[in-house]
Amino acid sequence: MIEITMTVNGAQERHRVEDRTLLVQYLRDHCRLTGTNIGCDTTQCGCCTVHVNGVAMKSCTMLAAQAEGAEVTTIEGLGQPDNLHPMQEAFRRHHALQCGYCTSGMIMQGVDIVRRGRTDSEAVIRHELEGNICRCTGYQGIVDAITDVAQNAPQSCCRGSR
Amino acid sequence: MSLPDFIYRRPKTLAEALAILADDADARALAGGQTLLPALKQRLARPSQLVDLQDIPDLRGVTVGADAVTIGAMTPHHVTATDPAVGRAIPALAHLAGGIAHPQVRHRGTMGGSIANNDPAADYPAALVGLGATVQTTRRRIAADDFFTGLFLTALEPGELVLSIRFPRPRRAGYHKFPSLASGYVTTGAFVSEGPAGIRVAVNGAGPCVFRQADAEARLTRDFTPAALTGFAQPTEGLNSDLHAHARYRAQLVAVAIARALDMALAQPVPEPETLP
Repeated sequence: MIEITMTVNGAQERHRVEDRTLLVQYLRDHCRLTGTNIGCDTTQCGCCTVHVNGVAMKSCTMLAAQAEGAEVTTIEGLGQPDNLHPMQEAFRRHHALQCGYCTSGMIMQGVDIVRRGRTDSEAVIRHELEGNICRCTGYQGIVDAITDVAQNAPQSCCRGSR
Repeated sequence: MSLPDFIYRRPKTLAEALAILADDADARALAGGQTLLPALKQRLARPSQLVDLQDIPDLRGVTVGADAVTIGAMTPHHVTATDPAVGRAIPALAHLAGGIAHPQVRHRGTMGGSIANNDPAADYPAALVGLGATVQTTRRRIAADDFFTGLFLTALEPGELVLSIRFPRPRRAGYHKFPSLASGYVTTGAFVSEGPAGIRVAVNGAGPCVFRQADAEARLTRDFTPAALTGFAQPTEGLNSDLHAHARYRAQLVAVAIARALDMALAQPVPEPETLP
């Protein structure tokens, strides 16, 4: 067992966990932040995407211990139900979700894509979504939502989620 | 799925990491973890300890010199792909790094971890062999040609860690791969370079381990143009046959990948020779 300390959505978290604990398990089971989902065991689906020190990573393919001392942002840190982040608002406006299971990871990845400026074309955005799988929508709404934010509110992705 | 049980270690120095690995034959080094952690989930490995290398300063840093680009073992693919100096010095290397897996994995996976794993469907082995790189380890320097020894095998000995990889700057180089549409892993790829050590053609994904294509190298040494590859054929012997592609199809892809990698190299401006003022 080891004690792992990190900043999650601006708040200090400290939990005593097994060494083998994955970051996604730390977030869901110990921080009680269940917006981050687990969709596969093979680092393919992207449902567990969070930001670690401002960069999108798959929290199922990372030990909690590797994030010791890091700043982590989850979907809960991006916006609130009565004050959505522009990316969340764009996903709603463009019907970028159906069942919603992949959505938190898609939104975290969408913010990362806009932050890195990889939004030159729809083709580039689709390429940048290679690590996120949606089984419902066919991606068009997701790509439209990310394009919308890239064009209309790119600064929103640079602040608030680091 | 939960991982099997192990003890996590996070040494601050190289000496401390090497001591842990020397004391325990079942301890494994942990770089970015983008291959190792999924392998643990599948119980393909059962290490007693994982030695996280992220705090060790000796394994970090990117240096672009007049003759070579040196990349620290713990450098994430994302950095290799987007560092402007790397992109100017060896555009084909940046292009290759930017095509590995997907963004989240590129943010975390490292060059040292990838080459130490030597997955036949990985990208970096083609760059190292195709550019005639040298691997600096904790014990010695190993030429790329001698580093990759077989399927998931390298010349690394137990307890030996990769520190950095030195790539001589080529005049021009190119890389082309055919990824599996499902997994993104390399079905077949080729790296072609014209550099200080002559013409190099490295093929990845097609066989159990990256290899140099001697016939293509001889043809391109005579004439570094697409015409030189007319009639070139990759023998099927020794190539992989699996659900992604039959050996005969891979052999065909080798020829196409080399031609396209050559096209990328030829599209690059050749650096002007240094002139005296």
